[in-house]
Amino acid sequence: MIPVPGSVHAMNELSASSRITYRAVRVRPGVARRIRGLSDKTLAWLFITPTIVLLLAINIFPLLWTIYLSFTNYRANRANVPTIWLGADWYQSILTDPDIWAAMQVTAHFVIWTVVIETVLGFGLAYLIDKKFRGHGLWTTIILLPMMLSPAVVGNFWTFLYQPQIGLFNYVVAFFSGRDASSFQMLGDVTLSPWAIVIVDAWMWTPYVMLICLAGLRSIPDYIFEAAEVDRASKWRQFWSITLPMALPFIMLAVLFRGIENFKMFDMVNLLTGGGPGSTTEVASITLKRAAFESWRTGYSSAFAIILFVTVFGLANIYVKALNKVKSR
Amino acid sequence: MTSATAAHSVVEPTTATRRFAGSLVVLYAIITMIPLAWIMLTAFKSPDDAISYPPKVMFKPSLEGFCNLFTTRSRQTPEFIRSLGPPQGLCDSIARSRNMVVAGPSNYVPRFINSLIIAFGSTVLAVALGTLSAYGFSRFRVPLKDDLLFFILSTRMMPPIAVAIPIYLMYRTIGLSDTRLGMILLYTSVNVSLAVWLLKGFIDEIPREYEEAAMIDGYTRFQAFVKVVLPQATTGIAATAIFCLIFAWNEYAFAVLLTSGNAQTAPPFIPIIIGEGGQDWPAVAAGTTLFLVPIVVFTVLLRKHLLRGITFGAVRK
Repeated sequence: MIPVPGSVHAMNELSASSRITYRAVRVRPGVARRIRGLSDKTLAWLFITPTIVLLLAINIFPLLWTIYLSFTNYRANRANVPTIWLGADWYQSILTDPDIWAAMQVTAHFVIWTVVIETVLGFGLAYLIDKKFRGHGLWTTIILLPMMLSPAVVGNFWTFLYQPQIGLFNYVVAFFSGRDASSFQMLGDVTLSPWAIVIVDAWMWTPYVMLICLAGLRSIPDYIFEAAEVDRASKWRQFWSITLPMALPFIMLAVLFRGIENFKMFDMVNLLTGGGPGSTTEVASITLKRAAFESWRTGYSSAFAIILFVTVFGLANIYVKALNKVKSR
Repeated sequence: MTSATAAHSVVEPTTATRRFAGSLVVLYAIITMIPLAWIMLTAFKSPDDAISYPPKVMFKPSLEGFCNLFTTRSRQTPEFIRSLGPPQGLCDSIARSRNMVVAGPSNYVPRFINSLIIAFGSTVLAVALGTLSAYGFSRFRVPLKDDLLFFILSTRMMPPIAVAIPIYLMYRTIGLSDTRLGMILLYTSVNVSLAVWLLKGFIDEIPREYEEAAMIDGYTRFQAFVKVVLPQATTGIAATAIFCLIFAWNEYAFAVLLTSGNAQTAPPFIPIIIGEGGQDWPAVAAGTTLFLVPIVVFTVLLRKHLLRGITFGAVRK
């Protein structure tokens, strides 16, 4: 995966000279002729190295550092205390900690519910939009807007809509259900607050699933349906035997992306509930943030971060294998 | 796409189906737009109207939210306010009607400028690096190509908080904490994976024959890249740039954990706009509205490439 040290050194020298050659080509074609001998191989490395170097510096080096810290008792707010090697102690204590398992369960519930709701709604919308009614382009663009916004700003504003006394959401629910608007607190109630987050997430990300499903539906050639019509297959049958199976790889792709993103979810939860009330909405990212940046247990939180990363990575890999199987069918 | 003959095809939906589907979609679109519309309405309400019950749809428009967003105010006695000269400008007179005087500008403008600098800085870097790498991956035989591409993508799977822990320590050691440069580098590293994947897709679509013809005419490979490929890839580069820009503009987790003052961007700042006695909702709404307007414009510009962008180029239309 990573080039051998010798070639890294050579690449660094090359990238240092790349700026000069760049100018030379633009300004003085005479000099440019001298680098005509630059082989494609050299140029390939010249082009790719800067990106790899940046990722090594900002992603891989920190990742290695995290792995190291996860075996120590290091605390970022007490940098002068001598660091003690603890071995896999943190990993053991995290994996046997019921609070951590509770957080993982909250995360799993959150991921499953949001993905299910978004997939059903998103596919339904895509199916309707695919009927190509007048003005479907304009309405599609309008529907897509929420997913482009900042989750933090959205989460913050939904706290306003969810206010029991003055919030629009409570008012609308009260209006239709006949209950008193201040009789329920979306963000302060143990049973309601997880749903408050699910609603905002679904509001924001259903369009995302819709867009990918729409591409899937549009990729099905018309002649298949024509053949089915000739064979007198009912619309119902056509949907279950043609539309759904053929759009399945796209639906699965959308589920993959949403699943990964929601497993990592931080912004919206942090602003809507901050993990509360109690720890009912404390997803893994919130637990991690509290451990790392509030109680400053850096070694502990590093170990948790690695566990989370391995989990996402492992689940995503298993899922991609399934996706490829469906695709190749 | 649908020609006149296709209208008679057996697979074309009937007019009734279309109307039914259309009305459901329009209904969804309207419901989904209500929260956004509410944000923008609240920005123009007075604080009393913003928190009235039942919520007010009709109200007297006020710029108080925007004034509160851009200024800090201090409460004064009526005698002191009377002793001052005539109010300077609209915001001052609004503040005085509430027994306050404008004390100075708020932090919103500096935070907004930070957002602009960091978003544009990281976008330019990410797109530049991404274009070079994408061309390299698209045209040359790179050893371990698939592994490298997957490695580039996998950096996106880390939860942001997990990345923030070591970055926090690293930046503290090398003096990049709470600096714009630090945030630019961090956002560049996140965006470069998107840029490489998206741009590789776009460059793959440019026929190799163009460059080969240019090279036969005496261009070097590099000249062919600059003079032939880059102009062809302009649309792709622009779309990628907008995606990077939107990510950096919207980013919250890194910003809230790694910046506190100097380099703080707007997303962590907007939620902490507080007035007397709790959150100042019109000011928050005004800040949100100003912050969202560029995104709305970009979404409309991007609508043809959205699908590609959100799937890392995995789905192309």
